Amino acid sequence: MPDKPKIGFYWCASCGGCEEAVVDFAEDILGVIQAVDIVFWPVAMDFKKKDVEAMPDKSIAATLLNGAIRTSEQEEMARMLRRKSQYLIAYGACAQLGGIPSLANQFPREQLLRYVYEEAPTVVNEAKTRPQTASRNNGYDMTLPEFRNVVRTLDQVVDVDFYIPGCPPTPKITKAAIGALLEGKLPPKGSVLAPDVALCEQCPRKANKPADLSFTQFKRPHQTVIDPNLCMLAQGIVCMGPATRAGCEAACPGGNMPCTGCFGPTSRVQDQGAKILSSLCANLAAREEKEIRGVLAGIPDPVGTFYRYGLGKSMLRRKANMPVETAKNTP
Amino acid sequence: MSDPKWQPRIVAFFCNWCTYTAADLAGVSRFKYASNVRVIRLMCSGRVDPQFILDALAEGADGVLIGGCHLGDCHYSEGNYKTVRRFQMLQRLLHDMGIEEQRVRLEWISASEGERVKTVINDMVEQVRALGPLNLPQHRAEWDRETAHPAETALPAEAAGGVQLAGQRAQPEVAHA
Repeated sequence: MPDKPKIGFYWCASCGGCEEAVVDFAEDILGVIQAVDIVFWPVAMDFKKKDVEAMPDKSIAATLLNGAIRTSEQEEMARMLRRKSQYLIAYGACAQLGGIPSLANQFPREQLLRYVYEEAPTVVNEAKTRPQTASRNNGYDMTLPEFRNVVRTLDQVVDVDFYIPGCPPTPKITKAAIGALLEGKLPPKGSVLAPDVALCEQCPRKANKPADLSFTQFKRPHQTVIDPNLCMLAQGIVCMGPATRAGCEAACPGGNMPCTGCFGPTSRVQDQGAKILSSLCANLAAREEKEIRGVLAGIPDPVGTFYRYGLGKSMLRRKANMPVETAKNTP
Repeated sequence: MSDPKWQPRIVAFFCNWCTYTAADLAGVSRFKYASNVRVIRLMCSGRVDPQFILDALAEGADGVLIGGCHLGDCHYSEGNYKTVRRFQMLQRLLHDMGIEEQRVRLEWISASEGERVKTVINDMVEQVRALGPLNLPQHRAEWDRETAHPAETALPAEAAGGVQLAGQRAQPEVAHA
């Protein structure tokens, strides 16, 4: 009996939404299981790290890894799965671009740890206990992974073959990618497995996008009643569509919310945030400096708005004046 | 703390019709200005994609100077208005990303203002010198040292001043004037 191709799923710094996207295959998952053997999927199946370690190198046809890389354990798993897999696929915005976790690249590690373990309003920790990478308890040596200074994309740690974008990727593009993999119809290495055009191409509001945009005010979605048919930009709502890759079939604009950019840029754009900044700001109606400043104040957090899913992969990657702290959570 | 031989490196994007012509005039007028500026000629300051500015900084520039026609004088009538709007937001973005606002400067210099090219460049070079090196390529190499892995140290990590990662461009040659 010929072996079915082996597939692995793994998660790193992520919310679990990408795992949910696989579950969202619903009954179609049965078709996938007929065609492949799932050999590793910690969130759903009981395989252990040692089971994968025991497999020969390159014996997994493809591993879909979601989540950004933040800890030493995630680095180790990414390296092991790279060795064991013919194709390593960055699955979802965090693995591809850093995702929401990479917004933490605006803060030093110490500040993050202090807030989470000492200062957050819901935390009571008078002894100021922090997780330790090594400790001894009841005669046992306990270890925890090292928390890194920087949130990284998968391809900043290991070589990546393909990218499936989205927060999370839709079942449709995931199925198309797995289909292409099984049929051996893959594009060149390094490709993003989604259409290489801007989201506006798939947006049902495209017909109502004015040829000349002219912003007099930026409104956030909770500050206005959004017209369900008119282009978001024509309503003064920041929509990342023009700087974002298509593939989701405009799920958010279809649900009357603006695109926030989770599919990342097209292949012609290196820095998604810079590109949407360029496009939005150039089209302001204001001409006087003070007036311009007033309109731009409608976007209170440019980094969080323009790089919501992509700070880790942006040109600047991390706040420039951040320190690299050595492991202070080691005793 | 910084290397005494260090010289600021500034990338300048000058518009063809005004500031670049003014820089030409500065040249024929024999005005002396600091040699720290590498001028790139574009047809309009409105052609300066914010990606160019981020790329210059990310690849090792200590500052970026953009020069265009005075507002109202743009050869393409609206180009420099686009520039000034983008510039304001870019400054906020750079501030949030820890880059001092004096490192990126926008100046309107008309074709007849050769002397102003000199004063702006000299002034900016001194400002950036006072701030010190930005040195983002080296920062990135330092950040990535924490991921160095024994099995992969076949990479010339230390020699290159850090680990070179997949998907990241090679570090540019550092050639100080």
